[in-house]
Amino acid sequence: MLKAADPILVLRGVSKQFALQGRRIDALRDAHLRVRKGEFVCLLGASGCGKSTLLRIVAGFETPTRGQALMWSTPIAGPGPERGMVFQDYALFPWLTVRGNIGFGPLARGRPAGEVKDTVERFIALVGLQRFADAYPHQLSGGMKQRVAIARVLANDAELLLMDEPFGALDAMTRERLQDELLDIWQRTGLTVLFVTHSIEEAVFLADRIVVMSPGPGRIESEVTVPLPRPRSVVAPEFNELRRELSQQLHSHHARKAA
Amino acid sequence: MSASLDAAPPETLSALPAVEPEEAPARPPWLKRARDPLLALIFPALVLLFWHFATTGRPYSLIPPPLDVARALYDLAFGGINDDAYSRTLLVHLSASLSRVYGGFAIAAAVALPLGLMIGRIPLVRRLFDPTLQVLRPIPVTAWLPLSMIIFGLGPRSAFFLVCLGAFYPILINTIFGVRSVDPRLFEAASMLGCQGTAQFYKVVLPASLPAIFTGLRLGLGFAWVVIVVGEMTGVPTGLGAIIMEARQLSRTEIVICGMAVIGIAGFISDRVVLLIGHRLLRWSPNFA
Repeated sequence: MLKAADPILVLRGVSKQFALQGRRIDALRDAHLRVRKGEFVCLLGASGCGKSTLLRIVAGFETPTRGQALMWSTPIAGPGPERGMVFQDYALFPWLTVRGNIGFGPLARGRPAGEVKDTVERFIALVGLQRFADAYPHQLSGGMKQRVAIARVLANDAELLLMDEPFGALDAMTRERLQDELLDIWQRTGLTVLFVTHSIEEAVFLADRIVVMSPGPGRIESEVTVPLPRPRSVVAPEFNELRRELSQQLHSHHARKAA
Repeated sequence: MSASLDAAPPETLSALPAVEPEEAPARPPWLKRARDPLLALIFPALVLLFWHFATTGRPYSLIPPPLDVARALYDLAFGGINDDAYSRTLLVHLSASLSRVYGGFAIAAAVALPLGLMIGRIPLVRRLFDPTLQVLRPIPVTAWLPLSMIIFGLGPRSAFFLVCLGAFYPILINTIFGVRSVDPRLFEAASMLGCQGTAQFYKVVLPASLPAIFTGLRLGLGFAWVVIVVGEMTGVPTGLGAIIMEARQLSRTEIVICGMAVIGIAGFISDRVVLLIGHRLLRWSPNFA
């Protein structure tokens, strides 16, 4: 039986190799990770460290070459609505309005139309897009598209929110606002979030726990718990100290690799 | 840094349609609306003028002057001027050609759409048919004329076949392209939302490739008009292509030009109608909106 203390997500020795032009690339080597329900975990690292590969394995888009990925102790076999992915490039359906995009999942899973309608309105309100409910994606700004992408997976009962550098393509102001909104939604809904980023500041601002990764082969180097109370201030001395520490960690991995 | 989830955030304002900057108030609005059509008419007007001065008053000109052609067109449509074999026959020829263009186009679409969808989605079907189609594609419709007359006989069935052939490849090629160029992310998005397997075909592939399919249909209909003259070289008695070929043999060049003009105008109108439907159906696509 499931217990409250059971982790929602467990990775056991997960490795992923790709063949690239005849050579084998270690995208991810021997990753171990446990995520508790309700936790906000950031995967932090430079490009090529395997953070996106790890996320895509959890999403079910990739199968691990070795090791096991388990959600609620069940092996992950393919994508599923309980693990909602938010892509950096949004991946909204351009032929559907904001309403249509948010209702896509529930309708695809055979929910009754009346129920879907209520759900859609609730999540449009949650991300503050009431005035744009009938707009098409190409009419929206990047920040609004990403709000739709978040609402789309939440409306589909996602327990685990997987975010692949979701704010990477946005300008700084929009990014900050969406970070705030994401934290707000996370605190109100009790979601579990696995968030990929290469920004140290973003990780320190958002995460309960930061998983530091490094490239060549992609692997998990260390885990850092963020003890700062919320709301966090990016100009507080403790914030900057943690940021400096992480920056040093990331650089020492690189230095060691270069040596 | 406090979040407001209830009101639309200020950044959303940037996505509102921008108000076009006011032009100088001196110009009346009707002139602004009429500007594009007026510009479009300059070139044909110059051609008509040149044609007029190059041909009028020269009895041995092989090309009839524009006024003669206009008179012939009026007679072709309403009669009362020449009262010969061509008088008041325009509607008969036009409707014969229309039925062949749209009939051939409909058959082409009925075959090319499902075939294109399958070639685009199913690797086995692609390997089976694509190479053959790529070899058949460069063969011009004109080259099919003799064979088609042997297989389908003289008359309308050959005309249908040739028009159909002309419309077939644009529809097929664009459908395959549309299906194959669906952003793979959209499949990932659909499957993580719980839409998997064959449902993805109807919920992702079909809508995503609709703009390309529509472009194919538009080009196909255009080609159907282009090949109508060839299609009606198969010995059909009526049709715009048929009268062009017949009038050529009778040296009635003004009728030939009338036929050309009617094909051009009919093709133009039919394309506009299709485009209008496209704007309606594909409002979501930045290429059509």
